Amino acid sequence: MEEGKLSRKDFLRRTGGLLAASIVPMSLVEIACGGRGKGTHEKFTFAFISDPHLTHIKGTNFVRNFDNGLNKAIETVNLMFPRPDFVVFGGDLAQLGKREELDHGMELLSKLKVPVKFVIGEHDYYLDMGNYWQDKISKLNYSFDHKGVHFVVLNSILTYDNWIKRWKTPEERMNEMARLDNPNGSPFMVGDDQIAWLKKDLEDIKSGTPLVVLSHSPLYKIYKPWNFWTDDAEQIQSVLSKFDNVTVFHGHVHQVLYNQIKNISFYALMSTAWPWPYPESYTQSPHYIPKMTVFMNRQDPFHERDGTGWAFVNMDNAREEMHYKLWENKDRIVKYDESAGHPVDSTYQKPETRILPQTHY
Amino acid sequence: MKVSTFSRIDSKSLGYIFLIFVFYCIGCDSQKKKGTDLTELTYIPSGILGLPDIPVPKNNPQSNDKVSLGAKLYSDKRFSSDGTVSCATCHKPEQAFVDKLKVSKGIKNLTGTRNAPTVLNAVYYKSQFWDGRRNDLEGQSKDPLLNPVEHGLSSHDDLIKVVKSDPEYTSRFKSVFGIDSDSIQIDHVAMAIASFERTIVSGNSPFDRYRFGKDEKALSESAIRGLNLYMGKARCQDCHTIGETYAIFIDDKFHNLGVGFKRIQPKLEEILQKKAESKNSPTSDEEILTNLESSELGRFAVTGVSEDLGAFKTPTLRNIALTSPYMHDGSLTTLEKVIDLYDRGGETNPFLSSGIRPLGLSGQEKADLLSFLKSLTSPVLPSMPK
Repeated sequence: MEEGKLSRKDFLRRTGGLLAASIVPMSLVEIACGGRGKGTHEKFTFAFISDPHLTHIKGTNFVRNFDNGLNKAIETVNLMFPRPDFVVFGGDLAQLGKREELDHGMELLSKLKVPVKFVIGEHDYYLDMGNYWQDKISKLNYSFDHKGVHFVVLNSILTYDNWIKRWKTPEERMNEMARLDNPNGSPFMVGDDQIAWLKKDLEDIKSGTPLVVLSHSPLYKIYKPWNFWTDDAEQIQSVLSKFDNVTVFHGHVHQVLYNQIKNISFYALMSTAWPWPYPESYTQSPHYIPKMTVFMNRQDPFHERDGTGWAFVNMDNAREEMHYKLWENKDRIVKYDESAGHPVDSTYQKPETRILPQTHY
Repeated sequence: MKVSTFSRIDSKSLGYIFLIFVFYCIGCDSQKKKGTDLTELTYIPSGILGLPDIPVPKNNPQSNDKVSLGAKLYSDKRFSSDGTVSCATCHKPEQAFVDKLKVSKGIKNLTGTRNAPTVLNAVYYKSQFWDGRRNDLEGQSKDPLLNPVEHGLSSHDDLIKVVKSDPEYTSRFKSVFGIDSDSIQIDHVAMAIASFERTIVSGNSPFDRYRFGKDEKALSESAIRGLNLYMGKARCQDCHTIGETYAIFIDDKFHNLGVGFKRIQPKLEEILQKKAESKNSPTSDEEILTNLESSELGRFAVTGVSEDLGAFKTPTLRNIALTSPYMHDGSLTTLEKVIDLYDRGGETNPFLSSGIRPLGLSGQEKADLLSFLKSLTSPVLPSMPK
């Protein structure tokens, strides 16, 4: 912290403690955090729910387990006091992009008592190329400002036209994209048009403004065979490079995952439906799992919610604090650590503090 | 099966329990329990087939005199505002240490919200009460005394006055704890009651003889099929765990099965908002037993974590055939109804424990499971020391 400057925390301490946060006119407070540039924003919380993969069986029947996961997240968010300002929905509402699934998902999500910011996932997109989503749910890419933070939503699950045209029917295309470990798959990308849009959107935003990017796939490269991947990630990272403080929140990987690439912190979220293993368990091809990530411990197969969950994010002091709410398991708080220069798990970062996998009878 | 009311645990096991520790503690300062998880424990062999060693806090060692004092305190109705209620009122030694009521009756026939759990094998729980709000037997014993629908005392001093005025008590406290009448405190009372309760253990059921005693004829064909279901398709084993060398049928966790949850579901937001405003302070024992809605909060009342809404402690299944009615609210009158609840995957609600799902058991499978549950009854139950 620069000498002579008050951090927001110090300022609050001297003005009657953190409880006064809501009544302090934050616009008057200049935040300087560790030379990471200056921004003005007030503290707020948003919730993050992702990848429920609601699956239609027939008629009005849906897979019970996945409905339960989403319902639990919705109910829990509604019972948060104070309420989060909004919910980010991270994509893959549907399993196979069917209208029944999207309608059912929207019916469930309509119970949320706070606004929802939607990000589309590949399972929502590849049946009708996002038409129903755009018609009924949300734009595919857009931006908004909230309490001094600029948010950008990207559709990061686009792919090459040749691949899209390769399939005889929309269902075939959807089914191919829905497979995780699919040799016939095709890598995700944001695409040139959207990158141009992103540049334009960020043109007038000051470099000290805290920037949050919301996407479905990780905006960096982890493991291509499973599409934990965005093909043009480097281009997007380069567009974001002028900002002091950028955070990407993404879904898709169904696991706790965090990373730092230059000025950008990345946080993945678990799914409400099921956990994926970490790609390092699969050694056929190279992977780029971030070394800093403390893995989730092995899930207890008896408990269908173990390894799933949701998160809420405290945005404070121009920095995020990610609260992973792992059901049937230990919650985790991961936040950017100034001295380390990357996100750090507040409890389990050191190897000797990690949770051992459950032993099962 | 015949329960012999005043039969004794076999003498060998009593010998184990009573003869291992005959320590006399010196000052009351060293006797004060802090009621934390950090209580250091020692373990006494139970000497009973199917039961693990009995955990005993190092600061409250067992002794014959202490157990006998505890039993007297446990049965003393003077420790209630109208002289009608003792521990034994709801945890009757002659009825497998329960009262067979849906929810227990305290002073003036007032009813609470919870079904009395048995004291049998309660020593093995890592937390006490349906919501685990106390860590140990010592901590547990003090709460009902002050609850307006149980013993209804205005303070523990009411009880201490009775104790101090009774020469038999003062001489026994002197010999057990080495303290004069003036120094007797509620913690000494709690320690004596807990020591008595540590002797209330039972195993050696037909199941134990089959599984741990290698007696293949101890169980019927139906009960053996039931055991296989228990370990497999019926998914009982994950929470009511059977170990390799012993079984207490618990996991020391809390689970939401949806029982009674619809009572509070419409009011959850209001309840949670209040909880947040009160900075998550634990819900009081009194409120849990006098307010039906608060009672349904389950473990959440202790932790304030929404994941724990409507979650209750996994109870032991030993002697389950003797301890009806079932569930935290006594709402299920028979084991058949309990099996049906699990078979349909509990009562749907957003906080349903995630191991709970529809099982698809056939009529025969339910009957086999019931046979197995009935095989968990011990042939002899412990009774009050003379």
